Amino acid sequence: MPATSWQPSQLQRERERYRRKRAFRSWLIALVSTAVVATVVVLVVGNSSGWPRTRDSFFDFGTGWHDLPKLLRAFWLNVQIMLISEAFILVFAALIAILRTLRGPAFFPIRFVCAFYVDLFRGLPFLLVLLLVGFGIPSLRLQGAPSSPMTLAIIALVLTYTAYVSEVFRAGIQSVHPSQAASARALGLTYSQSMRYVIFPQAVRRVLPPLLNDFISLQKDTALASILGVIEIVQTGQNYLSGDFKFVHYVMAGLVFLVLTIPMTRFTDWYAQRQGWINAGAII
Amino acid sequence: MNTSLTKPLLKITGLRKAFGDNVVLGDLHLNAAEHSCTALIGASGSGKSTLLRCIDLLEVVDDGVIELDGQDITDPRADADEVRTRIGIVFQAYNLFPHLRVIDNISLAPRKVHKVPREQAEEEALALLDRVGLREKATARPDELSGGQQQRVAIARALANKPRLMLFDEVTSALDPELVGEVLAMIRELRTDGMTMLLATHEMGFARDVADRVCFLDGGRVLEEGPPEQVLSDPREPRTRQFLRRIIDAGRL
Repeated sequence: MPATSWQPSQLQRERERYRRKRAFRSWLIALVSTAVVATVVVLVVGNSSGWPRTRDSFFDFGTGWHDLPKLLRAFWLNVQIMLISEAFILVFAALIAILRTLRGPAFFPIRFVCAFYVDLFRGLPFLLVLLLVGFGIPSLRLQGAPSSPMTLAIIALVLTYTAYVSEVFRAGIQSVHPSQAASARALGLTYSQSMRYVIFPQAVRRVLPPLLNDFISLQKDTALASILGVIEIVQTGQNYLSGDFKFVHYVMAGLVFLVLTIPMTRFTDWYAQRQGWINAGAII
Repeated sequence: MNTSLTKPLLKITGLRKAFGDNVVLGDLHLNAAEHSCTALIGASGSGKSTLLRCIDLLEVVDDGVIELDGQDITDPRADADEVRTRIGIVFQAYNLFPHLRVIDNISLAPRKVHKVPREQAEEEALALLDRVGLREKATARPDELSGGQQQRVAIARALANKPRLMLFDEVTSALDPELVGEVLAMIRELRTDGMTMLLATHEMGFARDVADRVCFLDGGRVLEEGPPEQVLSDPREPRTRQFLRRIIDAGRL
């Protein structure tokens, strides 16, 4: 039966009209309520006594726009720190998560070491790890130990975030139904093959949102590298701030972070949707 | 027969459902009187499951009307959640909630949808489990049950809403012959109690045994319908004959 020969009945046309009317009404309500809220906010904030001062310090975008090129150049350092760290974190975290799923007494020492590492570095404040690594390691004057602040910041980030991300991966691996492992093993795949081709791909798809969470968190924590003397974007903003005491430099730096993270989140959602990852493996 | 005189519990007129260019149901008509048992037969892909999903409003129909108790449930103003509480559906893959104990699977809807107090809901759930012979499994998790047991729990779960109409979607297809028996016995018992049922099935022997009407679906419509003796033994349509011939050759009748 070709789909083209069919014409909707009078009743169906009436239903579609009704649905369109409902959709339009919802849209209209959203528009009006947004406009009302926005107007109230503008009136209340704009008429408050502190607004002119706030505006001149926080929202002086004329001044802020001026230092954007320098901020962006500094931000490139943040991006580098983030990308290099993330590459190491993903590999190490996946490895630790998989090692922790190994069963059998022979693997006890491996499981123990992994669990101990995760417990330790997940529990320590990142600032503490950063100070220990960033100032502690150079103070030992060890032969061949890294001394560049950026390398040290990356090491601290990798140490801390690997612990978090490995738990995200582990949760994903454990959420895959045992019948998947059973059918993979039944086909003759070894334990590592079934992990590699069946379990882990499903796990990653499932934990994409929390993975992105940690990725964005990492991106923000790159700003702490300034403590070790890396002139990244927040430090650059601070340098401007000490000149004219305007907080707009910080606001600009914040906007630069958002301009990167928000589209990245939307892109990941869109990509996962397009690949059919949403609900993949939801059956069983 | 006076079934033609009583108002049908379920009345489907000109139903159409397409997925993209694939028209699964086109201009389908079907009535089911109260207390009747209708078996839907037909090849895989003939639209049996889609029909049941449309009736339970799990799919939005593209055209046509489905009336339950005289109410047009395909009307966009109809409250789908309320309609679904009047219809029970059992799926081929059981679809029990794996994180809940058997008794919680059954008492979830009465407690959350109908606001029955926990104690009473659990009592009723136990009574249902008694009926399906699984009282001792009340605190087990679905994973610990056999397929037949899981399917019986799924039927008990659907019954907990005290539905007007029960839909069975090839509920025995995933079971071995020994377990098929226990599930079919349950359905037969429901039939004796007067439950109105629509069952998509490949069990022709069972359809002949329990249904008072058999509908053969082909090309998205009911091609032939009538009493089981007639449709299954002496079909009028060549297409029905061809389908049944294959079933007989496969040794399933």
